[in-house]
Formats: sequence, C-alpha cells, structure tokens
Amino acid sequence: MRRAAVNLWIGATLVGLLTIIALLSLVWTPHDHTLLSISNRFQDPSVTHPLGTDQLGRDVVSLLMTASINSLTVAFAAVGIGGLIGTGMGLVASARGGWTEAALMRICDLGFAFPAILFAIMLAAAFGPSLGNAILAIAFINIPIFARVTRGAANQIWAREFVMAARATGRSGWGITWQHILPNIAPILIVQATIEFAVAILAEAALSYLGLGAQPPMPSWGRMLSEAQTLMYIAPELAIYPGLCIVLAVLGFGLLGDGLRDLTDPRLVRSRK
Amino acid sequence: MRPLSLPLTALVLISTALPVAAQTSMRIGLQQEPTVLDPTSDATAAIDVMLTQNVYESLTTVDESGAVMPQLAESWTISEDGLTYTFSLVQGVTFHDGSAFDAQDVVFSFDRARAEGSVNPTSGIWAPIESVSAPGPYTIEITLSEPDAFFLFNLAQGDASIVAPETVDTNITDPVGTGPFQFDSWTRGDRLTLTAFDGHRDAADVGLERVEFRFISDPAAATAALLAEELDAFPGFPAPELIDQFEADPRFDVVLGSTEGEVILALNNSKPPFDQLEVRRAVSHAIDRGEIIDGAMYGRATPIGSFYPPHGPAYVDLTSAYPHDTARATEMFAQAGLAEAEITLRLPPFPYATRSGEIIQAQMAEAGINVAIENVEWGFWIDEVFRKKNYDMTIIAHTSPNDLANFARGPEYFYGFQSDAYDALWQQIRTEADPEVRNTLLQDAQRYVTENAVHGFLFQLPRLSINKAGITGFWNSSPVLFQPLAGVRFE
Repeated sequence: MRRAAVNLWIGATLVGLLTIIALLSLVWTPHDHTLLSISNRFQDPSVTHPLGTDQLGRDVVSLLMTASINSLTVAFAAVGIGGLIGTGMGLVASARGGWTEAALMRICDLGFAFPAILFAIMLAAAFGPSLGNAILAIAFINIPIFARVTRGAANQIWAREFVMAARATGRSGWGITWQHILPNIAPILIVQATIEFAVAILAEAALSYLGLGAQPPMPSWGRMLSEAQTLMYIAPELAIYPGLCIVLAVLGFGLLGDGLRDLTDPRLVRSRK
Repeated sequence: MRPLSLPLTALVLISTALPVAAQTSMRIGLQQEPTVLDPTSDATAAIDVMLTQNVYESLTTVDESGAVMPQLAESWTISEDGLTYTFSLVQGVTFHDGSAFDAQDVVFSFDRARAEGSVNPTSGIWAPIESVSAPGPYTIEITLSEPDAFFLFNLAQGDASIVAPETVDTNITDPVGTGPFQFDSWTRGDRLTLTAFDGHRDAADVGLERVEFRFISDPAAATAALLAEELDAFPGFPAPELIDQFEADPRFDVVLGSTEGEVILALNNSKPPFDQLEVRRAVSHAIDRGEIIDGAMYGRATPIGSFYPPHGPAYVDLTSAYPHDTARATEMFAQAGLAEAEITLRLPPFPYATRSGEIIQAQMAEAGINVAIENVEWGFWIDEVFRKKNYDMTIIAHTSPNDLANFARGPEYFYGFQSDAYDALWQQIRTEADPEVRNTLLQDAQRYVTENAVHGFLFQLPRLSINKAGITGFWNSSPVLFQPLAGVRFE
C-alpha cells in the first residue's frame, strides 16, 4: 500500500474508534464516572474495572470514555467556530483585495502573536475557568490559521482562467466566491480542519491540565494527567492511560489529515501519473 | 524502584562505616516561596517558616507545646490589673550588621508596627497596646488598654520581630535580625541560604553551619529530590498519598504531627442560601468527614467538629454534633426550597482543597444539591473570595493560632458572620487572665460556632514531615508558623 493510504487508514481507524467510544459514552459507560468509592481506590484491572480504579475509587474506563466526548466536543466546537470565522475572513480578504485584505491579514498577524494558553488564562481570570472559555480560547487561535490558508488558496483560484471568464461575464465577487472559489478550496480546508482537530485536542488537554478546561465532575484527559502526577510513584498507570489517549487521538487526527492531504493534493496526483 | 534500593543501601552502609564528622549543612525543601523577606510587612507563612526565630527574634518565643518562653526579653513582670508588662532585655546582643540591640530597637519596632497606616499583617497583636516606653536601656514597659490573655504568645510571632532602624528598609530583600542564623543569599525561584551567626549569645549550641531552603512547589518533584537525597528534610510535605512509600524506606524518618490549621468548608453566611441556619446545618449533615479524610488526605488527618485544634488544651469533641445523614440533609435542603439548587464551590489551588472539593461535590449531589466547582488561582481567591466575599462555598485551612477570633471579625470578614453574643464571648476570652476559666470559655466558643453551623468543619491539617534518618530537633507539631532551627542537627 502507498504511504498516503496507510496514513489515511490508520488515522481513519483511530478517529473512527474515538468517535464511536465518545458517542457510546453518551448512552453507556461500564460505571457511573461520578461514583466515588474511596475504599476501592487504586484497584488493579479486573473484570468489573478493566483498567482498575483511580485515587477516588472511580472506574478508569468510564472516566476515559466520558473524557473523550469532552475532548471531541471542545475540538469540534473550537475548530468549527474558529474555522467559520477564519474562512470568512480569508474569503473576504481575497475577494476584496486592496486595503481590506491588508487590514484583515494584519489582524491575523496580531492573532498569531497571541499565545492560546495566555488568552485562556486571561479569560479564566476575568470570567472564571470553564469549558466555554477553553473553547473560546482555542477557537481564537484557529481564526488566523484558517484566514491565512483560505486567503492563500483563494487567491490562486482567483487567478485561474475560468474565474476570469466568470468575471468577464459580469458575475459579482460574492457569486464567484460562492460558486467557484469555495468548492475549489474545500479540500484544503477539510485537510486543515482535520489537522487543527489534533492541535485542538492537545490544547484542550494542556488547558485542563492547568485547571482551565472542563471543571469537575466532568472528566478530562488533561486533568486526569495532572491529578495522576503526584501518584506517579504509587500508580503510574493512572498517568499512562490518559496520556496514551491524548497521544492516540492527536496521532489519529494528524494521520487522517496527512492522508487526506496526500489524497487531494493535485501536485501529488499529477506526479503519480 | 525496588532493584535500585539494594545498591543504594550498600552505598549508605559504606559511607556510614567511614569516620566522617557530623554534617553541618542542611538542605530543607519548602513548597512556598515568599515575595519579600520581612515578616512584619507580609503575611506569607513561608517568611515565618524560614526566618522567624532563626534570623529575626522577638521578645518572647514559644516551645513545641505552644508555651511562651523568654527570648530577647530574659524575664518580665505583669502588674496586678494585667495592664502593665515590664520586660528586662538580654544584654550584649548584636544585630547581624554589628549594631547593638537595646530597648530603643524594641520601641522602634513596636511603634512602627502599630503606627497609623502600618502594613503589619496582624493588627490584632497591636490593638490592645496603649503605649510602649523604655525606662532604661534594657527595660521595656508596655501598657495595655485592656487585659490580653494572648499578649505574650502574640509577641513571639514573626509579626512582632525586633528590627533595627538602620536596616528596616532593606529587610524585604536583605533581612537583618538578632537570631542564631544570618541571611546569606536568595536566588529567586530556587533557594535561600542562611549561615550560622557567630555573634549570637547561644552560638555554641547551634548544630548547623549552613541552611539552604529550596523552593519546590510540585510534590512529585519534591519526592524525586528527596529520593535522590538532594534534600535532607521536607517539613510540611504536601502529598499524603506518598507517605507510605517513605515510611517503608529506611533512609527516611516520617513524622506525623498536627498544625493549627483547621480545614473548613467555608460558607458565605452573608447571602442566601447560607444566611439560613437550617441550610448550613443541612450541609453539615450532608458531608461525611471520614470519606473526605480517607479520600483527600489518605486517612492522615484528624476530624474536627468545630474550629479548634484537637491537640489544644481547651478542645471539646463536637464531631458527632451533625452525624452524616444524607436523607436528613436532603429533606432539610428541600424544606428550605433548595432541592436541585446549584451552588458554586470556589477552590484555592491546594491539594487538600481541590481533593476535598471533588468528594464534597459528590456528597452534596447525593443530598440533591448540585455543586459547581471552580478551581481558581491563589491571587483570584484572595481577591474575589477573601476580600470581596464573592463566593458561595470554599475550602480553606486557617493556620493561625487562636483563630476562633475570626468569628468575631464582623460581617466584613469573608465568613459574613456576625453575632453580638459571640463578640461578647470573644471579648471575655481575650481579656480573661485565668487559663482555666479561659479554656472553659473557649469550649463555649467552640460549641457556639458548631451550634450555629457557621461552616462545615472538616479536619485538622496534618503536618507531614520527611527527614533523612538521623536528623534531630525538628518539631513534630507546629503550634506557630515558625520552626526554630538552632536545635536541629545531624546525629
């Protein structure tokens, strides 16, 4: 099999598994993840608790499953919001050109200069830490990324002959954007979104590790990791499980994005022939 | 870890077999680093831990049991009416910069601390003082406006450190006092070093030449440093879950002591729903201390039913005043119209608080109350919770001694609690000279706050210390914030 296909299949499998587990956790987990049972803490894996129990006697599998929906929600919402706004900005910049384009791109430069973690801490200081603020912070870093990618790709399409033909027939800028530009850059945006998913999952883990993401009792991989840190000497597996989940989720989306890009990139298609 | 410990033990055996002189340089781990080094202008406990009674000295000091002992004052007399204290000072004492200590330094220190606009962290120490004067070069006379049973104890604290007028302004970065250790250097974010002061009156009895405090806030990093023997001692070790491991290791001594820190589930009495006594009582019924102590402290804490340390002389056991009873709590919440209500629990970034919080959240949920947890930064907590009273519930340890006084601090204090009856009771306690009578009154005070269920009372914060085997002189318990190091040595 070609490299691209291998990446695609591994990525798609991991992402598919993650999605199934996350959706399953909405209707079923082996145990109630909020159920504390101090006397059953640090249990070894068993039939009732396949990955054992944590420091408060909660079932680790249930925690990891519930945390996966948290990760996916944050990633989906953040990339969705950031992607919509960013793509909009990029399309406007490309369609209007001139000073509008220059101004929008300078705004994006400002956005790039602002670290997401710092923004999240600022939001948490002003409004208290919450899942919503974490989503906002991650969405914020996605805006300039999508704006720049969209503008670059759209500018190339604007220079193509069929677009010039459309312009010559008197079609409006918005009409061309909708009918010709967006469909032609859609594959690029989908690839970008998939890769940003991976980044968003990592960012959510980092924020909740710092206590800025989902608040208890909603579990999150990042917070499980930070809580397991002092337990490294007595129960290292409690840090390994959420760590592994983060790695696999990020790897899955990363490989899927990679595979999709290889599949859709016209340069690669041409070289194959 | 197990395969490693054999060669390590062998190494230790070899090194102890060689004739080595007793070690005189000690590395002590601390979780918190202060921002300044002057205990008379900043309340940060780490300043007192490192410097009070080590670099700075006060007129009095206390021993491990909390009993008052002479320090810079070698003796004192108290007038019949309990209002005039006459101290005779130790002669021949010098500050670390070489200047001589006399009564004028005491007058200067105390006048500065109680002056208008003073930044001294504990105004309660100074409030009863009417005048401070020096009738002789080594005599101090202090007149109080009303008797104060805690006066001599209060004078032992870091807030009442004796400072010299020449160096007072630079004490925040370069502390100068009369203590057995002098300040050497401070690398921010890393360490603070003290060296023995040869000019001290008891210099011969000091067991250490050099003390290095290392600031390690992360318990996992502290554990690694201890296991690698990069630290000799960690008083106030922050991770009870790791104690078992150190207890099993012959290289270390684990000491379990008590502190003055009552950990409470503080309720904001100034606003609904906790302005209602029945709701506060329902909270006390809803929480299960046993489970909290097991879960958050790994069983290493003593439950409290009121706001007084179990090791204190006036302690009365009130832990069964509100037995854990979820059904009853549910009913009481429902009667108050709170069924399915949502209440916010703002938690400061301390493991005892965040861990207890999660368990209390689960226990309250069983009683039908939705608790939303907000983990906040320390600065945010101080500002929003402590100063602005902007909270429903929080969890915090009160580590000061004699802090039953907090309930008499009026509605502006973050408890939002005010009771004329309690204010009168505390006034009586504060001015009662007879310890027996005072202890009876203190028991009344404990019963009063429990009766009114002002907060949920959880447990006494333990003091877990890990020392290398063979170190003596550390206090097991901490009746005060400081830890005198003059008696600490390697055997």
